[in-house]
Amino acid sequence: MLDLLRARLAQGTQTIPFPPDEHEAGFPERFRGRPLIQPDAAGRAVLDLGACLFSPEEAAAYTHDYRLASSTRDGLASSDDRLPLSALDLRMRKLLGRSLRLRSVVAGSCNGCEAELVAASNVVFDLARFGVQFVASPRHADGIVITGGVNANMRDALERTYAAVPDPRIVIAVGACAASGGPFRGSKEAGTGVPPTIPVDLWIAGCPPHPLTILDGLLRLLGRFEDGGRRQTPPTSERVGAAASDEA
Amino acid sequence: MSEPRVHIPTSDMFGRMRNRRAIRLDALPLLSIETLRAAITVAVEDGWRIVSLFGSPESDTLLRVIAVLADDERGHLAAASALVSERYPAIAAQCAQAASFEREMAEQCAVFPEGHPDLKPLRRHPPDHRPCAWSAPVIPFDRGAYPFTPFQGDEVHEVAVGPVHAGIIEPGHFRFQAHGEEVLFLEIMLGYQHRGVEPLLENSDRARAVYVAESIAGDSVIAHASAYCGAIEALARSHKSARAQSIRGIALELERLANHVGDLGALAGDVAYQPAAAFFGRLRGECLNMLMTISGNRYGRGLVRPGGVAFDIAPDMAHLLHRRIVKLEQELRPVAELFFGTESVQSRLDGVGAVSREACITQGFVGPVARACGVHRDVRHDHPYGVFRYVQIPVATAWAGDVHARALVRWVEIRRSLEFVGEQLRALPSGAVRAQCEGLAASEIVVAIEEGWRGEVVHVVVTDDEGRIRRHKVTDPSFRNWTALALAMPGNQISDFPLCNKSFNLSYAGHDL
Repeated sequence: MLDLLRARLAQGTQTIPFPPDEHEAGFPERFRGRPLIQPDAAGRAVLDLGACLFSPEEAAAYTHDYRLASSTRDGLASSDDRLPLSALDLRMRKLLGRSLRLRSVVAGSCNGCEAELVAASNVVFDLARFGVQFVASPRHADGIVITGGVNANMRDALERTYAAVPDPRIVIAVGACAASGGPFRGSKEAGTGVPPTIPVDLWIAGCPPHPLTILDGLLRLLGRFEDGGRRQTPPTSERVGAAASDEA
Repeated sequence: MSEPRVHIPTSDMFGRMRNRRAIRLDALPLLSIETLRAAITVAVEDGWRIVSLFGSPESDTLLRVIAVLADDERGHLAAASALVSERYPAIAAQCAQAASFEREMAEQCAVFPEGHPDLKPLRRHPPDHRPCAWSAPVIPFDRGAYPFTPFQGDEVHEVAVGPVHAGIIEPGHFRFQAHGEEVLFLEIMLGYQHRGVEPLLENSDRARAVYVAESIAGDSVIAHASAYCGAIEALARSHKSARAQSIRGIALELERLANHVGDLGALAGDVAYQPAAAFFGRLRGECLNMLMTISGNRYGRGLVRPGGVAFDIAPDMAHLLHRRIVKLEQELRPVAELFFGTESVQSRLDGVGAVSREACITQGFVGPVARACGVHRDVRHDHPYGVFRYVQIPVATAWAGDVHARALVRWVEIRRSLEFVGEQLRALPSGAVRAQCEGLAASEIVVAIEEGWRGEVVHVVVTDDEGRIRRHKVTDPSFRNWTALALAMPGNQISDFPLCNKSFNLSYAGHDL
């Protein structure tokens, strides 16, 4: 018991505030958040974040901006400073109160997004302090979180789980696969993302998205940060990494 | 087993191979299927193990079955092949290790292995490597129906779980036959994560294929990307610098650290020992963050690329990482002492979900699962490659084969990986981190195996006469080890399933491809 208390003391408090400042977020220099995109002649972004794998090769440079969520699929291809994200309407927020219970459905992923969803609930990111929890049954849930490109073998199970969640329900699509098929685009089996039959309220980009990206998307959807929730705009990282520049 | 068998000296039948050394396809022995079957059976009885067994369409009407075997004790790899038409005598009828490989081949290539003891769909998808003149698949892959092994008896009841699970877990279906609390039989039906990885690796352009390799199993990014690149580099005759090899080794061990630490935390969570679950969970993040410092991504995506690595570790970064490794070691030790020193935790791990050494050898299990039942098997040691040719990490084993043994093996591996990473960071060799890697040699075959944290990751690549990839076979360690979980459950309480499952922590995505 004494050892236990000693270990507990030594571990200290590890939970980081949200939204964190650059220091609290602890991003290393090479962290790849939102890419720096040169808009084309028509002023449109040329990189769709829903299809972006955030690899060193896809963009010449990445910023440390981890806010990569949008309430529309098209919003992920926006060239605006901030991706368009509107909070749930008041009626829905009133209905949810201070809690949001979600059911995870994995449909043709690599298990990367799931690992970050799990990490979002650990002591560092502590999603539960905002009343967001993952539950064991669709009947207990206010909505579902979909990861993976919705492949042929999971489509039926996904549709049935969605149908089992009581209305009104929200749907959150996490990761490049759910938005576009991600690295598996072009495969007949893998699927190209959440089908239009399931209306999505929140799209979170990333391959996989950082836990802070997930927190940011969820909390803004819940309207917890009306002003956008940032104390400051994250600075731009200069370079992705010396070695990558040869290839990019 | 009824047919008379002649003893065949395996060395005559198989062509010798080495990890990440391409050989010409015409040097790959071509036997009759009967001889190949007999040779594999004899070799496995002699202590060899099937590393890979797959089909590659040779012409419109013929399929080439390619077998890769390993003798871990002597550090040998060998391969042979045979041409078959739509039906052939199943190797699994004589050699248990071939069973799941042949199920896979039957589904992928629409070939029928006659006399296979347990022929069922594996991932339930249409054939994607069928010789084009062949008729419809002999095994129907009905996505809905699956022939579960029936069980009957008084008070025997069936429990079905999945594909959508209660937590944030990949999809899979478990069918328990239980008598009260006791599990009599467990059948695991997978395939829900099937994304068609192999055709993608074969047909994508080279720049994109590495993203696919990184996404075979999201927690084994480095292992799969390194095996993939190892195969491509061998075919392109590209030589990595010692520095690149060292950085890949560091990343591989950080990946192992993150997952082993996370698994110990998850085990603690499953036996309701919350302090260790929370501490290990946080420290897992620390390992991931070190990978992020190097690669910009918590899972190491973007780091491993054909020809070497995309990011260097500068001296000041190496120094900083070394300090973090020392701190991590200091923080991990007391938590592990708590976990392994608490009797109430011990009693929940001891004797649960045991796998026997015999089963491990017969079935060819790999990774910590094999090492926990006393089988010395580790690619880094047996078939060394890259940095592991110069720096040896001792193989960690335990003997009981239960949940406790698997936890113990992980803890020993954590300490050795920490030591390795610390050592490498202090003495990184010099050199460029990335070499040229372009153009693949025509008509060759290469086997690249890598010891990921779950065990042996296998990539076999065959090129055609124009140097394009004709066949890319991936075998994740989970493909071999799911059987171990099914074998570990009978006799245990059904309520212990989450604990058992976590002690294996197998990948659904890696199995389903």
